[in-house]
Amino acid sequence: MRNHVVVLSSVSCANGVVDGIGREVSGVKAVTHIEGCGRGFTDVALATRTLVGVLRHPNVYGALAVGLGCEVIKAAGLVQQAADCGKPLEFLEIQETGGTLRSIATGAGIVRPMVAAAAGQAREAADFEELMLAMECGGSDSLSGLTANPCIGKVSDWLVGQGGRVIMSEITEFIGAEAKVAAHCDSPDVRERMMALLADQRRRVKDSLGPLAHLVIAPGNAEGGLSSIEEKSMGSFAKAGSTMIRQVVEYAERPTARGLVVMNTPGSDVFSMTGKIAAGAQILLFSTGRGSPAGSPLVPVVKIASNTRLFERMPDDMDFDAGRAVAGCSLDELGAELRDLVVEVANGRPTKPELTRTELFAINSTSEPF
Amino acid sequence: MSVRNAVVIHPDDNVATVLVAIDKGATVVWDTPPGVVAQEPIPAGHKVALTTIAPAQPILKYGQPIGVASQPIAVGQHVHTHNLTGQEV
Repeated sequence: MRNHVVVLSSVSCANGVVDGIGREVSGVKAVTHIEGCGRGFTDVALATRTLVGVLRHPNVYGALAVGLGCEVIKAAGLVQQAADCGKPLEFLEIQETGGTLRSIATGAGIVRPMVAAAAGQAREAADFEELMLAMECGGSDSLSGLTANPCIGKVSDWLVGQGGRVIMSEITEFIGAEAKVAAHCDSPDVRERMMALLADQRRRVKDSLGPLAHLVIAPGNAEGGLSSIEEKSMGSFAKAGSTMIRQVVEYAERPTARGLVVMNTPGSDVFSMTGKIAAGAQILLFSTGRGSPAGSPLVPVVKIASNTRLFERMPDDMDFDAGRAVAGCSLDELGAELRDLVVEVANGRPTKPELTRTELFAINSTSEPF
Repeated sequence: MSVRNAVVIHPDDNVATVLVAIDKGATVVWDTPPGVVAQEPIPAGHKVALTTIAPAQPILKYGQPIGVASQPIAVGQHVHTHNLTGQEV
């Protein structure tokens, strides 16, 4: 897997220092965002859970949390909440340290030895049941649901069979596929929770967009041949494969159940990816038809092209050509090939977003800042 | 011309998804010949009608309704937002 040293903002005001340390020390991942202050209680809790999840993440060797000093979400508090994971975690506050340049110098001095120590660690074998995959689709076209998503579904079925965990999310992309989603729920409790989330998400989309709510199909989706939200959702849900949903969790909440789990996230890719990664997902499988380059600072993101044309047109961004499913390759063959790639990636093979350093991170929020 | 250029996902479906851009008059072929003749150009990834579909009748893909016809649709016509109405959100 990965063993990153992370420098993390507790609040957006610390982003300059975090980026500065990132430039100063080669081999660290600088993770910034726009949360940490000026939000309601629900969003403070959500952002805190996400940031603690980053510090605890299995792909993180050690981390430095950087705060300003007068914010709501304190760097020290994040470190304290993640302390029981037993890894090297430090914090500093910019106001206390004497400003930006001194904080960059102090922070660089803290993380340099962590980078050296992380590099000195030997790789250890692990069982597949310890693996947690996340699934995502973005920039879908009408082949996403025929090629890339069912191919991901095969890998999900495999890992569930191995006793591992798989998280899918993007509740917006379940809208219109309610009957199919309901039939995939493992228990009445899960079904009730799932249907409540879906009704809630419908209401939220309608409140935001009013009579234009059907535009939750992005213009690019329609150009690609998707004609309705139902069509997009049916294709998106193909990622679920053939196993049942065992648990529904909140944004950035770590699943306790094994098997297929649904997380409550919006459909917007980077928010959605970040929630699943903060919950502990170690690899993310991302299907795209139009061509999304999105990656993550924390986990390898495997980019799966739904069509061969995209795979050939954006070679620096795409890892896997699922478009071969329409040229005679069976989904079983392609699923096995994708599974082998996932195993290689777990063993250290870099994915395209890791090579291009497309490292995106954004925390969801439920209300306006004040 | 019998090279496969479309996919029908479920036996109940009344549309096929074309894999390449199809010219007007060309034959759309999936697993089972003879296929249907395109009545108009169909862009790659878009849908073509396999049966006549009357207004308000469901359009089926994945064996599931993905919307209803908003106007009469003939065999071989392009099926998209101009003649398919999806669910209100």
